[in-house]
Amino acid sequence: MALTMGKSTREAFGLALAELGATRPDLVVLDGDVNNSTRTEHFRERFPDRFVNVGIAEANLVGVAAGLAASGKTPVLASFAAFLLCNAYDQIRMGVAFPALNVKLVGSHSGISIGQDGPSQMAIEDVALACSLPGFRVVVPCDEVSTAAATRAMVAEPGPVYLRCGRPEVPVVYPNGCDFRIGRAIRLRDGSDVTLVANGLMVPMALEAADTLASRGVKARVLDLHTVKPLDESAIVDAARQTRGIVVAEEHLAAGGLGSAVAAVVAREHPARVRYVNLGDTYAESGAPPELLEKYGLTAERIVGSALELAR
Amino acid sequence: MTADRGTPRPWADLPALAARLRGEIVRMTTQAGSGHPSSSMSAIDAMVVLYFGGFLRYDPRMPAWPDRDRFILSKGHACPALYACLAEAGYFPPERLMTLRHLGSPLEGHPNMRRVPGVEASTGSLGQGLSLGVGHALAARFDGRSFRTWVMLGDGECQEGQVWEAAMTAAKYRLANLTAVVDYNKFQQSGAVAEINDLEPFADKWRAFGWEAREVDGHDFNALREAFAAASAERARPGVVLAHTVKGKGVSFVEADWTYHGRAIKPADEAKALEELRWR
Repeated sequence: MALTMGKSTREAFGLALAELGATRPDLVVLDGDVNNSTRTEHFRERFPDRFVNVGIAEANLVGVAAGLAASGKTPVLASFAAFLLCNAYDQIRMGVAFPALNVKLVGSHSGISIGQDGPSQMAIEDVALACSLPGFRVVVPCDEVSTAAATRAMVAEPGPVYLRCGRPEVPVVYPNGCDFRIGRAIRLRDGSDVTLVANGLMVPMALEAADTLASRGVKARVLDLHTVKPLDESAIVDAARQTRGIVVAEEHLAAGGLGSAVAAVVAREHPARVRYVNLGDTYAESGAPPELLEKYGLTAERIVGSALELAR
Repeated sequence: MTADRGTPRPWADLPALAARLRGEIVRMTTQAGSGHPSSSMSAIDAMVVLYFGGFLRYDPRMPAWPDRDRFILSKGHACPALYACLAEAGYFPPERLMTLRHLGSPLEGHPNMRRVPGVEASTGSLGQGLSLGVGHALAARFDGRSFRTWVMLGDGECQEGQVWEAAMTAAKYRLANLTAVVDYNKFQQSGAVAEINDLEPFADKWRAFGWEAREVDGHDFNALREAFAAASAERARPGVVLAHTVKGKGVSFVEADWTYHGRAIKPADEAKALEELRWR
């Protein structure tokens, strides 16, 4: 079943944010001078008086947002995921996480699928960093529909949230809408042989892998685990109990991402075999996004291969 | 308890009040056996003028009052001075000061806004407070509120690049409702600021960043009052007051020894320190 191509998740976020501006006068959007990349430009165009561009200064960007939140505003700040999480991590720790302030952080250009700009711009450790912050919610939506829903849920949710978005256009996984709740996995396919768990742009690949597996007589359950923290533990435990193993696919380093989170739950609650499709422990390089995903093993084929190991 | 509900004390009483709060700083850090008394003692005069000289509007019964003036202690290690002011203002009982740094006490080694009423920001990682102040000042503008945000910075802290990022943003948005006060005590953890990474020409730097800069003797109450009044009257740009201070001010053997930065006065020396401060 082929999916239709849709918007990038950054574009879906930007459009949803601009919509929210009309009903949420407390929203202030902050930018580190990349609003045409993160797509907060849509908000800027409609609500210029509530848009703050501090220039290329991520540490200050986070601190200003924290001050706004402490005085009762709802700041949403967006930058490249790499610059936000890696450059301003201590400001996020001290200014947002420790005082548990209502700041929404959005990282665009996550993963290697940004392509030609290369490793300096690729956030491949951001989920681990965000998950390490006590009280943070960490959300990695996969398509335009769920990203719009995630944006609304993020703004409605009190407290700190990290929303991870990507640069490329991605297939529409939820053409008929989705019941998106932070912390609740979405079961996209039923199946009792193996479970494919994915988030971000690996979700459509997991669906493709499930089709291939079905043609080989393997019934794969597919979970969109869009929230890495707090993790939907019952969905994981059910998968461990009811299927022969779990494949976790994500556009992130092996350390500290969705795979680590799933493994921790499985080890504690119901030991099961787990296979990982991720970037392992390496930086990528410049290249066209499809070539990079292929070279670094973020493919439906690799999900299929891992699933077959478990299904045997 | 001497809660004053944010109303100013008689001006002539402030030096004695500051001396008494210096004594509290010595007592609370000495009983804790650690902390930064000398950084607190350099800063306390400016803080007393702000809290009790009629500059900060606040009501200890309503720490979240939206129109309160904000005071952010960016140099969070000087929190004994902040705690002493907050106790004196009536935010919590003064007896609590002697629980500084004890497990279970809200008076932690660096300020925690979630545990202490009146503390506006959780600080302790240097260089971050001015950005928080910019956020508060912008919030005042968005919400049409008239409160003023004061941020106290350390001098060594101004070696952090984020301070200057925040300074640029404050100037860009012409945040006249934001005032920075630098406790320019000339020493940092391992020695003299001028030797480690000199800030001079310091006032010129702020001016070059679009700020109105004033330099005063940070232990001269009248000079502080004049400078704070002028900064409060700014209408076009943010202002900074560089308060030239003495680290450990008030206790001769601490003034003479910059290595007191991160350590308390020993119990054996406490009486001598308190005697110099005429604390009782």
